[in-house]
Amino acid sequence: MKRYSSFAIVREAFRNHSGWKKAWESPIPKKKYDVVIVGAGGHGLATAYYLGKNHGITNVAVLEKGWLGGGNTGRNTTIIRSNYLQDPSAAIYEKSRSLYENLSQDLNYNLMFSPRGVMMLAQTEHEVRGYKRTAMANALQGVPTEYISPEKVKELCPIINISGPRYPVLGALWQARGGTARHDAVAWGYARKCSDMGMHILQQKEVTSIISKNGRIGGVATTGGDILCDKLCIVVAGHSGALAEMGGFRLPLESVALQALVSEPIKPVMDVVVMANTVHGYMSQSDKGEMVIGGGADGYNNYTQRGSFHHIEETVRSLVETFPMISRLKMLRQWGGIVDMTGDRSPIISKTPLENCFINCGWGTGGFKAIPGSGWATAEMVASGEAGPLASPFSLNRFKEGRFIDESVAAGVAH
Amino acid sequence: MSSRIPGHGGLVNSSKPLTFQFNGKELEGFQGDTLASALLANNQLLIGRSFKYHRPRGLVASGAEEPNGLVGLGEANSFEPNARATTTELFDGLVSCSQNHWPSLEFDIGYVNNYLSSLLPAGFYYKTFIHPRPAWKYIFEPIIRKSAGLGKPTKGKDPDKYEHFYAYVDVLIVGGGISGLYSAKVAAKSGARVLLIEQTPHLGGQASIDNPLIDQGSIAKWITELTKELEGMNNVTIKARTVGVGVYDHGYSLAYERLTDHELNLNGSRHRLWKIRAKQIITATGAIERPLSFANNDVPGVMLASAVRNYLTNYGVSIGDRTVVVTNNDDAYRTAISLKNAGLSVPLIIDSRPSGAGELAKTARDLGIRIENGKAISIVHGKDRVKGISLCDQVGSGTVLEEISCDAVAMSGGWSPVVHLWSHCGGKLNWDNELCAFRPDTQLPPTGVNGLACLSVVGSANGDLLIDDILRVTYEVTLRVIKELGLETNEAPLPSTKGIKENSISAVWKMPYGASTKLKSKTWLDFQNDVKVTDVELAAQEGFESVEHAKRYTTLGMATDQGKLSNINGLAILSESLHKDIPSVGTTTFRPPYSPISMGSIAGEARSELFQPIRKTPMHDWHDKHGAKWEPVGHWLRPYCYVQKGESVKQAVFREVTACRNKVGVLDASTLGKIMVRGKDSGKFLDMIYTNMMSNLKLGKCRYGLICSENGFLIDDGVVARIDENSYLCHTTSGGAENIHSMMEEWLQTEWWDFEVYVTNVTEQFSQITVVGENARRVLEKLGCSKICSDSLPFMGWVDEKVFGVDVRVYRISFSGELSFEISVPSNKGLFLWNEILSLEKEFGITPYGTEALHVMRAEKGFIMIGDETDGTVIPQDLGLDWALSKKKNDYIGKRAHQRLYMSNPERWKLVGLESTDGSVIPEGAYAIGLGENEVGQKVTIGRVTSTYYSPTLKKGIALGLVAYGPDRLGETIQFPTLTNSVVEAKIVSPIFYDPDGFKQNV
Repeated sequence: MKRYSSFAIVREAFRNHSGWKKAWESPIPKKKYDVVIVGAGGHGLATAYYLGKNHGITNVAVLEKGWLGGGNTGRNTTIIRSNYLQDPSAAIYEKSRSLYENLSQDLNYNLMFSPRGVMMLAQTEHEVRGYKRTAMANALQGVPTEYISPEKVKELCPIINISGPRYPVLGALWQARGGTARHDAVAWGYARKCSDMGMHILQQKEVTSIISKNGRIGGVATTGGDILCDKLCIVVAGHSGALAEMGGFRLPLESVALQALVSEPIKPVMDVVVMANTVHGYMSQSDKGEMVIGGGADGYNNYTQRGSFHHIEETVRSLVETFPMISRLKMLRQWGGIVDMTGDRSPIISKTPLENCFINCGWGTGGFKAIPGSGWATAEMVASGEAGPLASPFSLNRFKEGRFIDESVAAGVAH
Repeated sequence: MSSRIPGHGGLVNSSKPLTFQFNGKELEGFQGDTLASALLANNQLLIGRSFKYHRPRGLVASGAEEPNGLVGLGEANSFEPNARATTTELFDGLVSCSQNHWPSLEFDIGYVNNYLSSLLPAGFYYKTFIHPRPAWKYIFEPIIRKSAGLGKPTKGKDPDKYEHFYAYVDVLIVGGGISGLYSAKVAAKSGARVLLIEQTPHLGGQASIDNPLIDQGSIAKWITELTKELEGMNNVTIKARTVGVGVYDHGYSLAYERLTDHELNLNGSRHRLWKIRAKQIITATGAIERPLSFANNDVPGVMLASAVRNYLTNYGVSIGDRTVVVTNNDDAYRTAISLKNAGLSVPLIIDSRPSGAGELAKTARDLGIRIENGKAISIVHGKDRVKGISLCDQVGSGTVLEEISCDAVAMSGGWSPVVHLWSHCGGKLNWDNELCAFRPDTQLPPTGVNGLACLSVVGSANGDLLIDDILRVTYEVTLRVIKELGLETNEAPLPSTKGIKENSISAVWKMPYGASTKLKSKTWLDFQNDVKVTDVELAAQEGFESVEHAKRYTTLGMATDQGKLSNINGLAILSESLHKDIPSVGTTTFRPPYSPISMGSIAGEARSELFQPIRKTPMHDWHDKHGAKWEPVGHWLRPYCYVQKGESVKQAVFREVTACRNKVGVLDASTLGKIMVRGKDSGKFLDMIYTNMMSNLKLGKCRYGLICSENGFLIDDGVVARIDENSYLCHTTSGGAENIHSMMEEWLQTEWWDFEVYVTNVTEQFSQITVVGENARRVLEKLGCSKICSDSLPFMGWVDEKVFGVDVRVYRISFSGELSFEISVPSNKGLFLWNEILSLEKEFGITPYGTEALHVMRAEKGFIMIGDETDGTVIPQDLGLDWALSKKKNDYIGKRAHQRLYMSNPERWKLVGLESTDGSVIPEGAYAIGLGENEVGQKVTIGRVTSTYYSPTLKKGIALGLVAYGPDRLGETIQFPTLTNSVVEAKIVSPIFYDPDGFKQNV
């Protein structure tokens, strides 16, 4: 792999950029791999990357039915934070956030990780108590966060209307090291590095069935033929239920459309990420100048990647109230992604009833921020056959035992 | 130069001059102008700077597809960034400014990027700014951020209003060109209710510019008469300045009407968002001309041929004095002919097709226009405006054959049907090789609620470009659509037309075919985002082969025009680079809105006071007058406390608590959820809803009950009263009434549909007043209650009474630990009763109290509060409420969940009381720490505070909390670290701090 650098750009400028190689290869599939990962989104690619980097397993294929990074990795609002309430969540999201800090250097790909700070507004007494509690929990979890005053909120984000009238800002939970990253680049950066390690990223290969024998994984049948493997890891977010069915087991998941939108690009007005859970909306400004806005999930299950307009309306209404200046901006584009939600709104990183078949799913509305940590923990599980300390609380077994990891306490809505 | 041509311009009224401002300059236009046409009339061709290289840019188009002509409009808080000059109607006093440059439009430092462009190819930022790590945050990103974005927004509050409209029609027609108008006529004649919307202020569309013959007359006359006829029909509504922006599932459509943007100081709402349910939708959204890709095709003065013609015909504005026309199809010849007829010079028509055009070529030649077939533009000369072009062969690499001086170039790369609305909700597209465009695949339309097609396309949006085809297909399609509605008509016969025969277009995605890299690196695809042919080729070279990858890597089509001009050209370059045909590379997804809509319009009326409904109790105004500090609880506003003069909030709460404990307090408890459950299976139903038994509750009695989720977690609590044999009144928490009501409905409708039970949320039908304190009974007696002595009304009983002739119901329940009655009264008598009670204020020392005093008192008494002691992870067993889990019942919601392994784990944290060893208040949300760290390095926790208050009664800090093995550890001390590095020590005690024997509430 040729390293990316400013020098390389200057060098290439002299030959009209003719020397840039493919970011990832499109190889001819092998008959068999040590590990096959289904789903070349952020989580699948990160799993592959850490299998290679941390565990030396590089005979890996990542199958993708569409184009890599084309699912929720390329559809989210790019927020990265780890100020979660419950210990297992804080552990994996903080691992993830800290990996993001050096990921551009690790991957030699500028992911534009931008620790611009994330604040979650408290607009009711109940939220004040909730966020104070989270700040307390975070302190013990080693996640630096702070409960800040309305004045500090205004100072960090001058365009917020902190005085209501309906829901005055009473304070906020502030994570200075949270922020955003360029979502596509995360998938592309991992893909490039995986390809460089000799892994096969096979796009346009849809898995049509799972091959197993005596309760043990054998491989997958795809639209491009059968591919055998010793271990299989399913990382397909909204379509996990469909893959699980092929494997003969069921998952406690529901798939719903989650929507987002952007405004036309404007000059910078907002440097931090703001989440307002009482009124259901969150917003940040991208480096391109667009206000990136996320809202709620549809109340019914579907796979359309569209969603219904009333959610957009609800979100925009809230944000116009919180940030009155956006009223005269214009919505440029809205879209939806299919998120897979568990009952406790926490992910699943687990072995499955099928031997040597693993699953990573259920990230719901908050998966982007988790990509590196999730990949790290999943790779550890796939490599050793057992979930490590980061992943083990997220096993499928927790639903059987009732050992839920409920985050709705801290963030009532999409996060 | 660009200028006004007297005697031209069908839309402008030259007797009505208007003054406006651009970058501080006072300019003049006419009524009927767009800002774009008025600027052109003043020779203001340069209108903005591009996003990345800050290249000078002029107008390219004349409609919603314009990528360059973005300006700032208005002043102060009414300022709007990124307004499209081409769709902005001129009015007297309009103020506009250009964007994205410093220090000025004419001299922009950012233009230095243009010289660095070879260092800034597609995706360059992914490859650099990587080291050293902090540099991204502190150096590179701030620079990039500063240079990004276009307009500079106002930060004030929008003074305008917005509104939503809801329309229900048989047929929605989007687009008021001739196909839309004619379709409306056919539909309307059948009796269908028709709504026709048009994005511009004028009906007629492209045809009114090209003026073909129809019914042996002029099209203008035909349009006028047809419009008049439609306006006269009462089943037709026509809305101009209204753009169809989105089609959602089942054909739910969104339109955006701009009501006041075209005049200064118009009253009323600025924008109106239409939400339309139509049985059938017909889109007649027209087609958008594509640019041609030749070097320097972005220099101001290079414009779409149709736009040049539009500015001339409709606004009497010429773009230049000498215009070279370059095309791959016949239509652009019309532009040359119009220009020539207006007395302007057209030195040359460059036609990339070896065989050239048909009839129109002959007309052009007859006018003396030189035509070169099989030729192309090698490069355009000029920086701020076109100075000339180099002519070359279309085949070959661009060897210059001749230099031609000109000051404008009119280009046409063919037409792309506007298929956005068709595609928003799943309509599929076919690539038409003949047309060189995607057109709707009528076999795979968007479908409505019945699974059948709900949207049809007519006119050039369908790929029909000749008037004969347009009207014929419109007629056929509309007849089919109204037939779906069970209607028909023969009263709108097909008009006779004779279009001019045209030779077919030939695909030209690059000019010339063999353009060198040098030329291609100056050939723009996306004008606003500065994406060039070489960028897309680089994307393909680097493996970004999917159209979505290429789009995201290069940002092609992601500008404010959303690729209306660039997508197909970019896609063609991508497919050429990949040696694939266009359909196999596919197209990106079309997403709403078709053109950007204001956030204000989406929010509608719901802002400030109307943002969300505020639920007020009948006593609201009284509270307000008496110093209530409000607290939102769901949509309710409740008094947190009543602050008296010279008193702090804290002091107010202490005063209120003390009053309740020592004398009498009254609380407006009207927000308490009240759900009436009726029917012969009510008892059976409530036995399933509540964890405890309700069916055996005796008439006239109350019982405290718990409701769990399916997962066994405690979600609500409250007192249930048995009203009669088949009726129960269930009290819920104030915030939980709606959820519990819907939960009950959901179970009844989906699982227990055979139960004869009716649930009604009567929360707002009754006001409820809590009278608390040892004198409470005397207060009620004074009011006239006669059946409330402890024998006739024991604790957890209720009784009906009459107070001043008003029927009331008195519940003897207590959330404070004091003797307490809740008086329920029809809401319209709530204030009356409240006033009556308070009229006894002096006699009994009655003090109204708010939610905070309520919370403090319940904590003193060790009562749990949903949302404090519970957070969605707590089960009744954790709170010592095992007694409320009926063992007699076979089932209730949550019972099976309670049998899960972890629910009976002895390590679960359990409810206890906590008292700091120094009497201080333990910080809110604090966790108690155990020994060491867990395997991921987090401090081990063994419990947490759930409620913490200063108790005015006990004069010390008290708290409730959940602690591992807590009830077994009474008397032990545990540590709560604070955020300021100190530690609060607390003793584990019983959660009941006040009157543990219940003596006070039982008097």
